[in-house]
Amino acid sequence: MIEVGTVLDEKVFYLDRELLKAYADASGDQNPIHQNEEFALSVGLPNVIAHGMLTMALVGKYVTDWAGGSAAVKEYSARFVKPVIVPAGEKVDLTVSATVAEVNGNQISLTLNATSAGVKVLGMAKAVVVK
Amino acid sequence: MINPDSVGRTFEGADSLTVSQSEIDAFCAVISETDTTVAPPTFSIRISLSQYESILTQPEIGVDWTRLVHGDQKFEIYRPIVAGDVFKCSATIETLRVAAGNEIISVRSDLHNGSELVVSSWSTLVVRA
Repeated sequence: MIEVGTVLDEKVFYLDRELLKAYADASGDQNPIHQNEEFALSVGLPNVIAHGMLTMALVGKYVTDWAGGSAAVKEYSARFVKPVIVPAGEKVDLTVSATVAEVNGNQISLTLNATSAGVKVLGMAKAVVVK
Repeated sequence: MINPDSVGRTFEGADSLTVSQSEIDAFCAVISETDTTVAPPTFSIRISLSQYESILTQPEIGVDWTRLVHGDQKFEIYRPIVAGDVFKCSATIETLRVAAGNEIISVRSDLHNGSELVVSSWSTLVVRA
């Protein structure tokens, strides 16, 4: 029995430039702000930033690991409030946790928390899963 | 500036698109997902975002894709995507507003396999001033 208010175990993912390139290829999103530092700086960004959708894909993995697989997710939403900044040669963290917000039969709503370098990167992040 | 006449328009994807197992495998590999029998929940962005890019960068609409950042994203998944799904993707420009010189575009994508709606998603895209 899963109760409202249950806090799920935290998990840490690591992102580096190589993962951003792999995501660019897998997703088709080749925007240079995710790969080219000179370009990112030229458009006013602090450095290369991760694709918001890569962050969301990794947080999605956190959700599906808990829920029992990719097929469990019915709804998933998030706001990209701050970028995940990925300097060259570094691995940066994406630290994810969740709280059970609602239980409705076998349908469970999770409130998701995601930070990188201590900064909240997703806002109003939520998933509805069947478990 | 984006052409305001485009708001409310729905654009039908020109072609049917077949999801391959290798596309699902590549997406799973990035997030270390070992079960590749179904696509991860955010996989459909691969289809929707390229659709948005081809629509919004048309000269008559006029978005500069290099100035674009993603504001928010929502998925409703009616069933998981699997290899062999053949999708028609329609995209609708739902709203457009300007805040502090940034253009904020809300778009919706519906992926149909035949008459079956498989995934709907909503994206807020921000064209930075």
